[in-house]
Parts: sequence; structure tokens; C-alpha cells
Amino acid sequence: MTSLKRGLLASVFLLLLFSPVLAEEEAPKWPGVDETVVGKYAKELGREARDPYINTDQGDLLLFLFALAGTAGGFVIGYYWHKVFVAGKKDLEPRD
Amino acid sequence: MPRLIAAALAFFLLCPGEALAMHISEGVLPPGWAALWFVVAAPFVFRGIRQINRRKDIDPSYIPLLGIFGAAVFVFSCFPIPVPVAGSTAHPAGTGMSAIFLGPFASVVVAFISLLLQALFLAHGGLTTLGGNTVSMGIIGSFAGYGAFRTGRLLRFNLFWCGFAAGVAADLLTYLSTSFEMAIALHGDQSFWSVLGQIYLAFMPTQIPLSLLEGAVTGGILVYVNKHRPDILRRLKVLGKEVS
Repeated sequence: MTSLKRGLLASVFLLLLFSPVLAEEEAPKWPGVDETVVGKYAKELGREARDPYINTDQGDLLLFLFALAGTAGGFVIGYYWHKVFVAGKKDLEPRD
Repeated sequence: MPRLIAAALAFFLLCPGEALAMHISEGVLPPGWAALWFVVAAPFVFRGIRQINRRKDIDPSYIPLLGIFGAAVFVFSCFPIPVPVAGSTAHPAGTGMSAIFLGPFASVVVAFISLLLQALFLAHGGLTTLGGNTVSMGIIGSFAGYGAFRTGRLLRFNLFWCGFAAGVAADLLTYLSTSFEMAIALHGDQSFWSVLGQIYLAFMPTQIPLSLLEGAVTGGILVYVNKHRPDILRRLKVLGKEVS
């Protein structure tokens, strides 16, 4: 393993280790365009967004679900990517 | 290098933010308009299901591609990306890319399923606005991206730039149609064009940089697939008759 990779892995590990501590800090919020545009104009034009029918925006539940969705999405992409571009490519190569 | 990029992407995906995005939120559209957009979206979704069934018979690698680009649209369209120049977050659509590989109607199905899952579990978009969001991100995004790609091919642009045009068109026209749906339903006594212009211009500081990013990603993936599995592009007729 090269020193660059070792350094990168160590940085990621430290970042993950201290991320809860960093998260306690007052992080500047970057509003999304749903807030700054969709919500703002809907309110100005007389219609406000209401809570979703299944409101998962409760405490850290939404963050957990986003992590789950990201992980599941990442695995699906990775699995099929391997099937098409690694295993699939090998199947196409002529055998000696 | 690909492993490093994969590790960076995995890290990014495992550090989620709140659901801050462009889908029209629950309850924003009046019931009549919400119902109308469902009626508009339905034939595209049904035709998309038929397109998926037909294409999977032509090419055995179509289902894995559906898995890749379906998951990519889901991930792209719900994870907020910070745009420093605008000081806000938004997300790409991903439907331009999926329309090129899967076909525009199949891409509408992929967008519909992604939006449904996001509305159900991620407090993102809404069930009443699902039709409207499917029309903007699914139908307009897919067909704008596909149209831009085909136009680029006709004009004999390089493959990367065809993909780039598809990504940019899909992103910007998705947001234009979102603005249209809001403006036409909510403009009231104000001028429709004025409200449309205000909403669309408000999206632009965030969306212009993101659309360029989406264009570069779409172009890059096309070039990658053309380099490693050109047979897929030929079988799915992505390159048309003028195979490069």
C-alpha cells in the first residue's frame, strides 16, 4: 500500500471518527432550493407546503433513511456496474 | 484512481444531508392541477413499462443497465449538492443520462419509481405532487436530454459533447417545467409569465453550475461506456447508424 493511500485512509478514518464531534458545532446551513425557491414562492402565492403523509423528518430518522438509501443505491450501482463492465467485459474477451 | 473516486463517492453518500431539493413539496399544487399532472404522466409511464419489456428481450445487459441507471437517478435526484457560488444546495436530475441508455419512456418509469420512493420514505417531494414531479423530472427531463443527445449526434458533435448537451438540457428544462407547473397553478391575479420568470430565474444561480456538472458526468459516462463496452451502445442503438 502506498503512503498516499495510507494517508488517505487515515484521513477518512479520522474524519469519520470526529464527524459526530464536528456535527455538534454550529454548522452553517445551506438552504435547499425547495426552501429558497419552491417554498418561498408557494407561500408568496398563497399555498404552503404541508407535512408529508409519511413524515420521516423526525430527529435523526431522516438522516438514517438517507444513509440507508445512499448505501442501497450505491450497492445496486456497484453490483450491476461490476456485472456489466467487469464480468461482462471479461465474457466478451476472446479466450486462448 | 477509479477506486479512489469510488471511495470518495461512497464517503459522500454515507454522509447524507437533509432532504433539500427541487421537487414540488406535498400540498403545494391545488388538487385539480395535481390530478391533471397524474393524467399527463400516466400514458408515459405505461408506455415506458412496455419499452422496458421490449428492450430486455433485445439485449440481456439491459436489466443490469436498468439497475445502474435506475439507482443513479434515485441517488442523483435526492442527494443535495452544495453550490458555493449560490450558497444553497440542489441536485441534478439524472434523467438525461438514463434516457440515453434506457430510452426516454423507460427513463420516465425510473423517475416515477424514484420519486415515489422519495415521497414515501425520504420526506422529499410528495404523494399529491408525484404526477407533477414525474412530468417535470421524468418526462421533460428525459425527453429534453434525449432530444439534445440526438440533436448533437445529428450535428456530428463529439460523443462527450452530445452527452454534455443532454445533461445540461435535462437539468435546466426540468427546472423550467417545475417553474411552469408552479406558475400556472399559483399565479392567481399576477401575470403568468412574470411569475414563471421569477421562479425560474430564482433557480438559476444554483442550477447553472449543477447543470454543467450533470453535463460533464453524462458525457463522461458515455465516453466510458463507449470505450469499455461499445457493443452495448450499438445493440441499444444509442449511437444510431453513425457509429463513431
